[in-house]
Amino acid sequence: MFGYILQRIFAAIPVMGFVALIVFLLLRLTPGDPAAILAGDAATPAQIALIRTRLGLDDPLYVQFFSWIWGMLRGDFGVSLLSGTPVLQMIASRMEPTISLALTTITLSVLIAVPLGVIAAWKQGTLIDRFVMLLSVVGFSVPVFVIGYVMISFFAMELRWFPVQGFRSITDGLQPFLERITLPTLTLTLLYVALIARITRTSMLEILGEDYIRTAHAKGLSETRVLMRHALRNCSVPIITVIGIGFALIISGVVVTESVFNLPGLGRLTVDAVLARDYPVIQAVILLASLVYVVVNLLIDIAYVVLDPRIRYQ
Amino acid sequence: MIPGLSNMLGGLSRPVVLMAATASALVMATPLSADTLRAVKHSALRVLDPIMTTAYMSRNHGYMIYDTLFALDENMEAQPQMVDSYEVSDDGLEYRFTLRDGLMFHDGAPVTGEDVAASIARWGERDAMGQLLMSFVADMGQDDEDANVFVMTLSEPYGLVIDSLAKPSSNVPFIMPARLAANTPSTEQVPEQIGSGPFRWVEDEFQPGVVAVYEKFEEYVPRDEEPSWGAGGKVVHVDRVEWIVMPDDQTKLNALMAGEIDYWEDASADLLPILQSDPDIEVANLNALGYQTIMRPNALHAPFDDARIRRAAILAVHQQDVMDAMIGNPDLYVLCGAMFICGTPLESDVGGQTLVDGSGQDQARALLEEAGYDGTPIVLMHPTDVSTLRTQPVVVAQALRDVGFEVDLQAMDWQTLVGRRANQAPPADGGWNMFITNWVGADVFNPIVNNMVGGQGSEGGWFGWPEDAPLEELRLAYAKAPSLEDQQQLAAQIQEHVYEQGYYAPIGQYFVMTAWRGELEGVLEGPAPYFWNIRRAD
Repeated sequence: MFGYILQRIFAAIPVMGFVALIVFLLLRLTPGDPAAILAGDAATPAQIALIRTRLGLDDPLYVQFFSWIWGMLRGDFGVSLLSGTPVLQMIASRMEPTISLALTTITLSVLIAVPLGVIAAWKQGTLIDRFVMLLSVVGFSVPVFVIGYVMISFFAMELRWFPVQGFRSITDGLQPFLERITLPTLTLTLLYVALIARITRTSMLEILGEDYIRTAHAKGLSETRVLMRHALRNCSVPIITVIGIGFALIISGVVVTESVFNLPGLGRLTVDAVLARDYPVIQAVILLASLVYVVVNLLIDIAYVVLDPRIRYQ
Repeated sequence: MIPGLSNMLGGLSRPVVLMAATASALVMATPLSADTLRAVKHSALRVLDPIMTTAYMSRNHGYMIYDTLFALDENMEAQPQMVDSYEVSDDGLEYRFTLRDGLMFHDGAPVTGEDVAASIARWGERDAMGQLLMSFVADMGQDDEDANVFVMTLSEPYGLVIDSLAKPSSNVPFIMPARLAANTPSTEQVPEQIGSGPFRWVEDEFQPGVVAVYEKFEEYVPRDEEPSWGAGGKVVHVDRVEWIVMPDDQTKLNALMAGEIDYWEDASADLLPILQSDPDIEVANLNALGYQTIMRPNALHAPFDDARIRRAAILAVHQQDVMDAMIGNPDLYVLCGAMFICGTPLESDVGGQTLVDGSGQDQARALLEEAGYDGTPIVLMHPTDVSTLRTQPVVVAQALRDVGFEVDLQAMDWQTLVGRRANQAPPADGGWNMFITNWVGADVFNPIVNNMVGGQGSEGGWFGWPEDAPLEELRLAYAKAPSLEDQQQLAAQIQEHVYEQGYYAPIGQYFVMTAWRGELEGVLEGPAPYFWNIRRAD
């Protein structure tokens, strides 16, 4: 197992290198000129050319690429072309809202969706099952921004239970943190509950038809014990996969949710950087997102082994 | 219990209701600090040097932390700001400016004539009006005997010295320490944010794209006069100002109505009825000069290398159509053929009547026929990601088609347009024929600051690059004009000439409303947003 993990970590290096190359080339092929953006609307072409030279954007592409790679190897991801702020500092300041949202959303979603999915499978064809499926369809179908606006309108504007927008670090205190993370969490949770509950129900239905479940019932085990110990554990692999991918999706940016609730997360940072052609920021954020996917996939694979002893990696 | 909550929870058990009430008490929104002004601006602050860039957010940042030698008041007259007094020699060649006592930078250093000279020199490298001023300056610097005096010596008399130093919009001649201004090329950002303005930059709390924070500069000594635009006393009544970035208009609206922010600089026209119906919100147009939206042909390439075809394009357009589609609400725009903005001393309708009354289409068709227009498609760049720029190209394209133009309306994002418009190649090789943009009125309100009435050509001219020596002579004559009457006459001549040559056309003048919480008092009007003089009512 340990060897497998090491092997996966080493395998990630060429993957990251390939992502870096593709991102770098795609950005250079995209129309737009950071120097023109930096200079402003009234700048003349001559002034823009001067700024372009100063930023090194006139250098050959291979020089720019290896300069960037060499910087990263030394832990220097560069500075924003616009603000001059170090890229790592910008990303670090945007990590907390995104990670907070991801953790609260996934935790709440799992707590709600897995029992719902189990119950729906257990009570297949009943009103409960249909209700869970209806909830699932609604969760998938209603755009996140609509749910967000409804949440704000009701809980923030009407009842005044929560602020409309913004983020406060948990280091500022639990109350201000919860005030601001609750509504975006609830908004995203509906989507993830729909996804996880559906997968849980489908997997459970498959397992509940297996012979060993019938055997468990024949042994006289309680319904709860059969469901939780024998059925749920055996259908945990697809559930874990969906949870892992869902987590990675949030980390790599939920722009609409971040915009509606004005959360200064990685999604907004990415969009802003792309619109401003802020190359160092875009490159670093996309590399980070790739890294998150690699790590999450590795953790999912490790979880498989823990949850299902039949799975072995060579 | 919160009104309405008991009804909602009526069907729930008592413990659940108690839990909900406890939760609501726990998470009730924290009230705003009375000493902090929270404002949502039109965009995010990213570039911190208002000399290096012409971006309006950087200009606004400049007004917070820097001060200016002079500033325009609401009558558009230049008034001393950092300057206490000044003298002009009888021959008009020497200007001696004495600075006010007590001026101090945020690092504690006094403001001297050396700082002023270095700042003006750097601004003069970058800004069009500054460059013209510098072309008249033979020498400038701190007085040998008095560090509080700045002396500027001209090579010949120039009528716009004070107007140049009072320039209200990008680039504004802000004064910064000589150690920064003299050692930082104008194509690089200054490494520190040190000014002598009424607010101090809070470096540690700056998050690009999220928030910019300013604190009151306690040592700032305001003038005694009443504030008027950028002139007069800059008295700060709050401890701290936060510029919060919010990408979504609906969120801004909700946050303002809920009292989470105090000020929304560019309230969305669609949401104005909601804001105006809220008794706790004030809504007003703070910038009487408004914005000018313009169309700019590229004079380098066919078919717009022919003045008749450029003129035909302008004759094809009716401002009413553009404004109806872009703004809709007639209270928020005026039809105005004046290149130097309606409502300014240089306002003139010469040459622009067809834009206002929409009567130019027949002339346009005749001109196209006379010029032998061969159907070459007009590459009109269409930025679809900027709400204030996405409508006009569609209307203009249709107007051009109506008189016989072939139009290739190319959708792109604004930053692609910004990069592409610097390309002087033919449209087939990545160039372009026409684009549309918007200007703050103060950036186009005279022939020196208005980039589109220049004739410098492809070397040094603004995008579109017409080369026109007589036009440059007219601008120079305007710069030297001894009186307002002469300036008005020359500005009208310039406007007439530019219309005849079809170098550019204003296709509407519109206004953006600002909304703020009703408890705020003293919100100032002006060509840029100012944050001094604002206080929270008791």
